[in-house]
Amino acid sequence: MSELSSQKIPVTVLTGYLGAGKTTLLNRILSENHGKKYAVIVNEFGEIGIDNDLIIGADEEVFEMNNGCICCTVRGDLVRIMDGLMKRKGKFDAIIVETTGLADPAPVAQTFFVDEDVQKNARLDAVVTVADARWLSDRLKDAPEAKNQIAFADVIVLNKTDLVSKPELAEVEARIRGINPYAKLHRAERCKVALSDVLERGAFDLDRILEIEPEFLDAGDDHHHHDHEHHHGHDHHNDHSHSHGGLKHYHDEDMQSLSLRSDKPLDPTKFMPWLQNLVATEGQKILRSKGVLSFTDDDDRYVFQGVHMMLEGDHQRQWKEGEPRESRVVFIGRELPEKTIREGFESCIAA
Amino acid sequence: MSSEQLTIASLTDRVKSVAVGAPVSAVHFLGERAAFVCAEEKVAIADSTGEISHVVVHGGAILCTASDGKRVVTGGDDGKLVALDAKGETSVLATDAKRRWIDNLALHPDGAFAWSAGKTAFVRGGKGEEKTFDAPSTVGGLAFAPKGLRVAVAHYNGVTLWFPNMAAKPEFLEWAGSHLAVTFSPDNKFLVTAMHEPALHGWRLADIRHMRMSGYPGRVRSMSWSAGGKGLATSGADSVIIWPFASKDGPMGKEPAMLAPLQARVSMVACHPKQDIMAAGYSDGTVLIVRLEDGAEILVRRNGSEPVSALAWNAKGTLLAFGTEDGDAGMLEF
Repeated sequence: MSELSSQKIPVTVLTGYLGAGKTTLLNRILSENHGKKYAVIVNEFGEIGIDNDLIIGADEEVFEMNNGCICCTVRGDLVRIMDGLMKRKGKFDAIIVETTGLADPAPVAQTFFVDEDVQKNARLDAVVTVADARWLSDRLKDAPEAKNQIAFADVIVLNKTDLVSKPELAEVEARIRGINPYAKLHRAERCKVALSDVLERGAFDLDRILEIEPEFLDAGDDHHHHDHEHHHGHDHHNDHSHSHGGLKHYHDEDMQSLSLRSDKPLDPTKFMPWLQNLVATEGQKILRSKGVLSFTDDDDRYVFQGVHMMLEGDHQRQWKEGEPRESRVVFIGRELPEKTIREGFESCIAA
Repeated sequence: MSSEQLTIASLTDRVKSVAVGAPVSAVHFLGERAAFVCAEEKVAIADSTGEISHVVVHGGAILCTASDGKRVVTGGDDGKLVALDAKGETSVLATDAKRRWIDNLALHPDGAFAWSAGKTAFVRGGKGEEKTFDAPSTVGGLAFAPKGLRVAVAHYNGVTLWFPNMAAKPEFLEWAGSHLAVTFSPDNKFLVTAMHEPALHGWRLADIRHMRMSGYPGRVRSMSWSAGGKGLATSGADSVIIWPFASKDGPMGKEPAMLAPLQARVSMVACHPKQDIMAAGYSDGTVLIVRLEDGAEILVRRNGSEPVSALAWNAKGTLLAFGTEDGDAGMLEF
């Protein structure tokens, strides 16, 4: 499967609220001397200052699928554009899809799961979100789209860090972490990031799900291994924060992540139906999910990932000698029913 | 190779091979010569000996194509609509002002033609006058009705029937979902769309009754009316699915015929223009000729390649041409 997926054209989804700096990043990617040719799907022609016959204007048409799944939406225009682009296979190495500042990344991502032809030719590489260090904290309060984009991201480029003070930067980073502690976060001025930090990430590649650990900038201590469980189970207040080992922690009232782990093996005959049922019933709330699993009587690691109600999973590789056979599952979502999810997960641990 | 293929009649040794050398996305006949439309830039014109000449028609991908037997018209990602005639000469019919992709096109027998870029559908009549219609979303497909100047414009959540020469409000046929290819039955009684999901949707035009035609494992990319419009043959399953349209109720409450099953997906269908036979191309490269009455099969091309992506008969039904995604092609004379 990894051989096949490597032949597929990687697609990077570039999101970010209005004015965060998406176009700056796009122009950087296109003008840098990397020897690669990108097809770029944009919403506004003319903003890109580079001459490229593979810049395609999109209409951002979100279509519902007639399959009874209410959150199963795809970008209809993207299906059509991908179809046309595939006639020019070999003329470009990768595709970048830029969304509008107010877009929900889910329909773009779901297009790569749902559409048979798109799936055959292309693979989602990562969702990259550009955020404005100066204004993100405000936008998280008044713009649900901005929060969605942070929650959905695999990579966050925190841009315009030169326009904020150190404490302000710590504040906005803590707010990002309160929503999505798993994304790779890069600080940048004028979107100056290494292109390898935003492209060819393989964030949706099952073979590359190694471990799922929250990322803490500046932590640099045993913080890396602490579990977030102690945050839960108490009343949440808006803007509730506390200091922990010098780091500020925020809990976002409506968007949060939930991490589950077990060092006892899971029963696959219980876990798989539970997970499928969970995303079928709560999938509208769950933006992203990911897991590395240890099943009873199975020497292989099982990995899965999902977007809303869509899941894909596979055996990945053998557990290594001495590697702790631990199962770890994370969900990022809106108003996650934490108690139900925790109890459900517990009930899948093999007796 | 499946065992039934080994035992059926074969015409493979009578096929004249045509080395197109580039992925083929459609084929049309201009007289006795076959015009293989490539995925990018070119059309390869082959005569009955297999000799070919290439004509460059676009500067990039060729996104759509249609033919009326006198010319092959193509729309490209260079924003151009180009006509190629039987002499191999090209002319630019239209250029999009914003250089948008030409996504769809359709030809009318009297010389009028329609095309679309994004949400806008255009029609240019025989006298050169141009009319436009803005669909509520990107146009998924275009078709001329067999009578009069009426255009079906498929889009998200339905089809609009547009009369470019009349002031009347376009008629909207609603059905939830994304509608792509669209076709009128030859008797003008039914309209059928291939949807983004693996299903067809149909309307009986007299009373706008709905027909849902579903059960396909994959999206229907190829549709062809059988001689006289008695049935609609479709791709998308591991056998050819033919919906009955001979009665006034069309396929309502009826089962489709399922012919020529293989362990591969049907990728292209082309019904013979006069007789009750058809050609079917498959995802494994197989091409069969199938008798509609009893499903009897004749092998035209063996499996073992990329999918068949182009298939057509000439108007008389004496020649069959096919092409594949990996650039192989062939012609067969009867």
